[in-house]
Amino acid sequence: MKFGIIVFPGSNCDDDCRHVLADVLGHEAFFIWHKSTDLNGANCLILPGGFSYGDYLRSGAMAAQSPVMKSVKKFEKEGGLIFGICNGFQILQEARLLPGALIRNSTLKFICRDVFVRVEQTQSPFTMACRNGQVMRIPIAHMDGNFYMEKKSLMKITDENQVLFRYCDPDGNLGKEFNPNGSMEFVAGVTNENGNVCGMMPHPERCSESILGNRDGMKIFESIISWWESKERKT
Amino acid sequence: MKQDIKVTPQIVEDHGLTPDEYKMIVEAIGREPNITELGIFSVMWSEHCSYKSSRVYLKEFPTEGPRVLQGPGENAGIIDIGDGLAVAFKMESHNHPSFIEPYQGAATGVGGILRDIFTMGARPIANLNSLRFGSLKAPRMPYLVKGVVAGIGGYGNTMGIPTVGGEVFFDECYNGNILVNAFTLGIMDASRIYRGKASGVGNPVIYVGSKTGRDGIHGATMASDEFDETSEERRPTVQVGDPFTEKLLLEACLELMATDAIVGIQDMGAAGLTCSTFEMASRAGSGMEVDLDKVPLRAGEMTPYEIMLSESQERMLLVAHQGREQDVMKIFEKWDLECAVIGKVTDDGMVRITHGGKKVVELSVAPVVHNAPVYERPMKEPAWQREIQSLDINSIPVPNDLNEVLFRLMTSPNLTRKSWVWEQYDYMVMTNTVVVPGSDAAVIRIKDHIPSITGEAHAGGQKATKKGIALTSDCNSRYCYLDPWTGAALAVAEAARNLSCVGATPLGITDCLNFGNPEKPEIMWQFVRAVEGMAEACRQFQTPVVSGNVSFYNETKGNAIYPTPVVAMIGLLDDVEKRCTPWWKDDKDVIIFLGRNEAEIGGSEYLSLLHQKIAGHPPQLDFKRERAVQKVCRTGISRGLIKSAHDVSEGGLAVALAECSILRPEGLLGSTIELTDDIRPDVLLFGESASRIIISVAPDNVDLMLTIAREEGAASKIIGRVGGRMLAVNNILCIDLADLHAQWATALQKMLGER
Repeated sequence: MKFGIIVFPGSNCDDDCRHVLADVLGHEAFFIWHKSTDLNGANCLILPGGFSYGDYLRSGAMAAQSPVMKSVKKFEKEGGLIFGICNGFQILQEARLLPGALIRNSTLKFICRDVFVRVEQTQSPFTMACRNGQVMRIPIAHMDGNFYMEKKSLMKITDENQVLFRYCDPDGNLGKEFNPNGSMEFVAGVTNENGNVCGMMPHPERCSESILGNRDGMKIFESIISWWESKERKT
Repeated sequence: MKQDIKVTPQIVEDHGLTPDEYKMIVEAIGREPNITELGIFSVMWSEHCSYKSSRVYLKEFPTEGPRVLQGPGENAGIIDIGDGLAVAFKMESHNHPSFIEPYQGAATGVGGILRDIFTMGARPIANLNSLRFGSLKAPRMPYLVKGVVAGIGGYGNTMGIPTVGGEVFFDECYNGNILVNAFTLGIMDASRIYRGKASGVGNPVIYVGSKTGRDGIHGATMASDEFDETSEERRPTVQVGDPFTEKLLLEACLELMATDAIVGIQDMGAAGLTCSTFEMASRAGSGMEVDLDKVPLRAGEMTPYEIMLSESQERMLLVAHQGREQDVMKIFEKWDLECAVIGKVTDDGMVRITHGGKKVVELSVAPVVHNAPVYERPMKEPAWQREIQSLDINSIPVPNDLNEVLFRLMTSPNLTRKSWVWEQYDYMVMTNTVVVPGSDAAVIRIKDHIPSITGEAHAGGQKATKKGIALTSDCNSRYCYLDPWTGAALAVAEAARNLSCVGATPLGITDCLNFGNPEKPEIMWQFVRAVEGMAEACRQFQTPVVSGNVSFYNETKGNAIYPTPVVAMIGLLDDVEKRCTPWWKDDKDVIIFLGRNEAEIGGSEYLSLLHQKIAGHPPQLDFKRERAVQKVCRTGISRGLIKSAHDVSEGGLAVALAECSILRPEGLLGSTIELTDDIRPDVLLFGESASRIIISVAPDNVDLMLTIAREEGAASKIIGRVGGRMLAVNNILCIDLADLHAQWATALQKMLGER
């Protein structure tokens, strides 16, 4: 499988993603500079974490206007897989490829620590290798991870099964105490209506290797690869 | 400062130069300097840039060793770690700016040290910081704490470089002078070291990075002066950082350094363009011609004085090979950064600067860089030194409830959990952190492929290296106040001990020497004694000093800080998989104590917190004993025998034992301890004797472990077992660990007035 990792000025987690996809999982992973419009035949696009444009104006606002985003939108219309992590999630929202907004953490501080998330549905290419309700320990590291959406719209995407992950306790229970940043309905990750685009605030690329003491995030990458390979087999 | 301002004695004084120093300048250049030239001398001869009060004594430090590729004198020190790789590291202070403007002061401290590392050709992979604040009850102190931590996080996180450890200490002596010492370690190809040298006559001198503005003018001279009532007015001297631009600068520079287009490069830090031009010319024995009209400016019209002295951040000066200018431009255009040829290298040992077609500076390099006065300032042991060292243990009553003492200690600012601090830092970015903040030292693994550093050679093939790097920062300034020589030696010993506890062999140090006003004989005495103690310890532990920083004038209205010589030490693990952490692992593991408990309590947290005394002698340091105990620990870890290792330091044995329980991420695991030393119970539990490490091993490995200790000549004995939910020591301590954990985990937030 070919992963295209988009690098914006200020992206930081680009090589972390490449490392998991290429060095750990053995797939092809290359970088796509934000000024380029050529996606080099990528099967899945990754928008990595970081501080694109220094988070100036709003996190992801300026990156969403980069030349590469034209090609990303076209890729999405053709049903291509797109995965946004942290800043990547913010950029996809600003580009209107994902619903909702991500605002300042309720604690008003940057938070770096492990949290637990619960898998809400497993029909998605991003979670099909998970069990329904599976709890994964994945780290967060952000200042603006507070998911916000107008109430009715949030209900709609919930009904449409677009909520993929919610913050929870180690046993999968939801509650204010287990919500690190105040996100509405404890939403940690969502997909778009068609299910081909996913964004999540926690960093699965930081827990996909045994040396790091946690391989929970691997399930998400394995899901993407499984979905792709089964699609390829059908064609 | 317009170019045509006449230099008067008042102006000389305002620039922080003494009349004698001005005379030296006039003699050196054979005439009176113009205002811009005066400005240049004032920053280059400032304490911060010239080290005039400390240079003579810093020669004491051992700076060489088989692994040292670069010692002091460049922007960072470099140590070879094998497998074709080397690490560049240094620590720097940003004390004065942080007291005035905590967020930007701390942020630009991080920015500055990062540039010092990547200018050598290394990719920064880990940050540490050593912070000292006053009492949390002092005015402004919670504001300063929050600002500094936010600033460090704001800058480091945006740069995508993990902040993996450090220290935070609180003491009233820092009420008027907080300390912010920032450290960075970078990894590089050992055969591609870049230096700040302007060599090759005719080679273009190129300015890259941010535009130049008026910020931070005289930051260097501000750092070389005490604070008083007028300190608030110095706010404009604090630089403002832009970590996004520095991230672009980092990537652009590393991309450039992976080619062969450039000859030398240096960042513009303290004293900005002045420092980089003169120092680069000095190192190459060359000269430079610079046209200030070519310098990209942010603030419209700026005078030559302003341009030369500006400390605008995120700028580098480089010298390229003739004909390679376009190669350089292309890279900086890609990253949307300024890039301008502003001059060329000459061979006459002069720096000639023009502005508006007129010559504004014409100075010989040598007097500016090399002939700053070297002071051997008078020193005198303080009159009160012997007095504070006297301590009659019998005058200290033994507390009735030692359990309560432990609770009080572990919920006090210096010993309570610091996650409030480090959870504001991204400590995981770059996915290399294998021992995260909270342990004795941080440990970083090294990936095969490091962008712009290692080529495709290692991608998907033979593993480049199995090694890991451990890092720690240490200093107990109370010990240094009571006895600067021993206190400084103990800082080195403790750093080495912390590294040994994670399984790393100490390799070398950088330092940040924070002291009061060196024009006072008592302060100078503290400084010299500390340097001597540190130097001896570095020889004893074979950890050369490869870089460092001196920060003087940490005094307000005559009150100096305690002598605070901070050590940041790095160590090497041959196999990063063999690292160790401090918490108990399994029920029924046997706890072995390495070292000896002595009856000493001088300078301890216990004495200070419970008895309001800072007195006595700091713990004695026996180098042989310390080395033996550390060697046993490292050997046991590398042979897979030791399951947990934790050193005893502030708070003493009881605190260390409690930490072994409550640091455990999977949940508390208690211990039952039996001590047979004939020492008063409070002294036994809370004394801070050196050279002690607590390890735990599986029952089957006890005999082998004790044999290893015996062979290395280290005292060792079994003191207990892991298990249960309590910490029980003889019949003198019985702690409900869940209770302790709950209080320890939240004390700092509460003291800062947060949830």
